[in-house]
Amino acid sequence: MTKIYDVIIIGGGPAGLAAAEAAYNNGAKDVLILERDQTLGGILNQCIHNGFGLHYFKEELSGPEYAGRFIELVNKTNVEVQTDTMVLDITPEREIHAVNGQKGYQILKSRSIVLCMGCRERTRGAISIPGTRPAGVFTAGAAQRYVNIEGYQVGKRVVILGSGDIGLIMARRMTLEGAKVLACVEVMPYSGGLTRNIVQCLHDFNIPLYLSHTVTKIEGEGRVERVTVQEVDANRNPIPGTEMIFDCDTLLLSVGLIPENELTRAAGIQIDRRTNGPVVYENMETSMPGVFAAGNVVHVHDLVDYVTAEAQKAGAAAAKYAIAGEPEPSRHITVKNGNAVTYTVPSCIRMENIDKSAEILFRVNRVCGASVIQVMSGETRIAGFKRERLAPGEMEKIILPRVLLDKAGEEITIAIEEA
Amino acid sequence: MAEIICITCPKGCHLTVDEKTLEVRGNSCPRGEEYGRNELTHPVRMITSTVKLEGGRFRRLPVKTSQSVPKEKMFEVVRSLDGIVVHSPVHVGDIIVKDVCGTGADIIATRDL
Repeated sequence: MTKIYDVIIIGGGPAGLAAAEAAYNNGAKDVLILERDQTLGGILNQCIHNGFGLHYFKEELSGPEYAGRFIELVNKTNVEVQTDTMVLDITPEREIHAVNGQKGYQILKSRSIVLCMGCRERTRGAISIPGTRPAGVFTAGAAQRYVNIEGYQVGKRVVILGSGDIGLIMARRMTLEGAKVLACVEVMPYSGGLTRNIVQCLHDFNIPLYLSHTVTKIEGEGRVERVTVQEVDANRNPIPGTEMIFDCDTLLLSVGLIPENELTRAAGIQIDRRTNGPVVYENMETSMPGVFAAGNVVHVHDLVDYVTAEAQKAGAAAAKYAIAGEPEPSRHITVKNGNAVTYTVPSCIRMENIDKSAEILFRVNRVCGASVIQVMSGETRIAGFKRERLAPGEMEKIILPRVLLDKAGEEITIAIEEA
Repeated sequence: MAEIICITCPKGCHLTVDEKTLEVRGNSCPRGEEYGRNELTHPVRMITSTVKLEGGRFRRLPVKTSQSVPKEKMFEVVRSLDGIVVHSPVHVGDIIVKDVCGTGADIIATRDL
């Protein structure tokens, strides 16, 4: 008879590691992590910079150290790990088709599944930059891998498009490794990265940040030789006459991340168009019963600490499902995004799974000053949370106590009211 | 009054520091106060980089300073790591360079490899 796992986790990065540990510690006996890379730890292994774990471990760790802590925790359990393993398919019967060099083609059965595939970077193709197609155009994460893991310096004179955190971190890294970073160019009127990264990665090294600017042309034969940067108007169209030419050999792109959901889509799991991740309930369960999701595969996070927290929730819920199955359904509350809110996670709260409170994560679509996060049920306001400042680069969290949810109707809306 | 943004944590508090009394405002934790004072007197930074690794699964070993070092020594510290070769196995926390560039900080490994 084929073994049936309690929980199979797809992806061994920070989300997968935390989900596995939580599933195991919540009673799941047979837990398996499937990881396509050679080692556990995911993208943290190439994030050699500091600043991880302030929330979770109350100390400042580098990426490999943060991953190492969780790998150690998982190694202390009986959680099975298969690295170098590619998952090809997930079926509605919760069978996972996977391949690796040692075991060949496997069909694995599991009572519950946690999707922890993370995200991918948007590429030049996704933003259609005109020009020739020379070598020297990298996504920031690819360059990070070359520099930090493979040990290659990818260029000497660098322009960075996009002010996402990876781009900012790479501006500092390339500078310290002897490259000249000429500019960081951001199409939006505000930065997409954390403020601290603007300070410690750009200001510390006098790297100029051009807001409301974009790269409009890449030129070079064989290798990048120059790029053209132009200011953009309110509709993000380049303004003629504002051209600046940068002689450079490298262009790094830090222009956004997309949750990686090929497997999710192929399995027929419902996708949220706002996040490009699966639609999830309060306990991170997707539209397919017994299949959960956590981390950047659901929505892109700013901090790994938050990924860990979300994955622990998903892992615990997956263990509970494997042991006890789905609870009797009761009342559901749909969560909608209102004024200035891009999306919410979860998009539906099932009251049978709410003990004391429900957590709602969301992002705003523009920079807001002093504001109140209003939680409305129809015309009735059921809660309000004050914030001094809200920015698209910083994920927000509110916690709604059960007593308030009990007062709500079938739908609540999260909206921003600026003072 | 100097206006600076705290980099101690992702919150990024906007601090104002009095140049004379070194009084810090706008911080939401004690670490912010320390950062604000340091920025005006002797700014310090943690440094992370890699060194060459032989006999391991990968070619580079990630490392960091064991404590913050003076900001103006950043380039000197990173340059001093050129030519250092470490042999596998290495463990998190292993000291790779003691008292790097006279800063009092050690260079330590941040990954088991």
